Amino acid sequence: MKPRKFDYIRPDSVAEALEVLARYGEDARVLAGGQTLMAMLNLRLVETSVLVDISRVKELEDIRITGGMLEVGAAVTQNRLLAWPELSSRNPLLAKMLPWVGHFQTRNRGTVCGSIAHADPSSEIPLALAMLDGEVVLRSKRGTRTLKAAEFQLGMLTTARQPDELIVAARFSIANGAAAFHEIARRHGDFAIVSVAAWATGQSRMRLGVGGADSRPFIRNIDVNDGAHMRDAVENLVWQLEPYEDMHASPRMRRDLVRNLAPKIIAEALA
Amino acid sequence: MKRIAQDERVPVRLTLNGKPASGTAEPRMLLSDFLRSTLGATGTHVGCEHGVCGCCTVLLDGVAVRSCLTLAVQADSRTVDTVESLAGDGGALNALQAAFKDRHALQCGFCTPGILISFTDFLRREPNPTREQVTEVLGGHLCRCTGYVDIVEAVMDAVKIQAASSENLQAGEPS
Repeated sequence: MKPRKFDYIRPDSVAEALEVLARYGEDARVLAGGQTLMAMLNLRLVETSVLVDISRVKELEDIRITGGMLEVGAAVTQNRLLAWPELSSRNPLLAKMLPWVGHFQTRNRGTVCGSIAHADPSSEIPLALAMLDGEVVLRSKRGTRTLKAAEFQLGMLTTARQPDELIVAARFSIANGAAAFHEIARRHGDFAIVSVAAWATGQSRMRLGVGGADSRPFIRNIDVNDGAHMRDAVENLVWQLEPYEDMHASPRMRRDLVRNLAPKIIAEALA
Repeated sequence: MKRIAQDERVPVRLTLNGKPASGTAEPRMLLSDFLRSTLGATGTHVGCEHGVCGCCTVLLDGVAVRSCLTLAVQADSRTVDTVESLAGDGGALNALQAAFKDRHALQCGFCTPGILISFTDFLRREPNPTREQVTEVLGGHLCRCTGYVDIVEAVMDAVKIQAASSENLQAGEPS
């Protein structure tokens, strides 16, 4: 299908983008890579009066280390971050998760921040943000605010972004502990039914993240010192999830997948 | 700041397969439709129009993207290469196309233009890929005829042919 009509605005700077968002608010949608938004516009699941294309705003193209965190600008594509030479040394967990985001072709255009903005509970990047004590930098004409992942991610496709705000960057902590990630999907690159990430945060401490099994990324720190304790912790986690039902899996199946996948991912991160 | 009202038709000028091309488009026109209907470059096929099937994949500034998830106005002043750019003089198939033909890696051919374009980008970045990497890239396309096995074989053949011809060039032999 084809999208409904909209006005197209392509700002050259963040300041211009903020002017446009301040003026149009809820009537505007921000277009970065468009790998979800364009599909939703084509399917007419989303309509908008104004489309604000930030893909050519040069200020938003940076990948840099700042304040001990990896900061990724809003126009940085997923494949650009994946190809960043320091990624696997600075952030092994992100390096393991990014190849699972969509397909090679959609990662060429899809952005890191766009995925965070969309807040699909089965998406990898929002899970990475929650796992890695991430932050989202929001700017509007009113000012700048920085929200922790848990403050930003409110629920299924729902974030704390206000209509006049632009996500200018996302920040991930530098995390050189061992990491592992895997997800279950019908076909590699499709939406995950569930995903599990593990990150060794200290001696015998492991942070476990689950995607696709609750309305937002689900994070727990567990002790992996002895096997029995770890199995209890996973079982405990599984029953704290509130999985949703869709055409791919029932809540029970999602719990079962996490129950079976989590110990394997923990073992891989410990190995 | 560029601003186009919803009913406004604006000129879109781009470099298509190495030559200047232009037409007019309203904001909501997809690049895939602009290429086919306005510029007449019908080698790019349109399947699902929501980024899943991969038929409409083109190179935008050398990078493989879904043209159905890109607006025509976004391609203004940029470079687009489609499947029409691949064959040489007189329609001589390039190594990748020839391998597809030899391996029967297409039947109806509807998905083929997108697949050829994806691997054109990918093999430039990764001239010596593993079978797993090829399968992963092919995961971004749907083919309902071949069962994919012959497509993977064709890409691996093309890799070998390209490697052999670059060795010949280095050795000073005619390629």
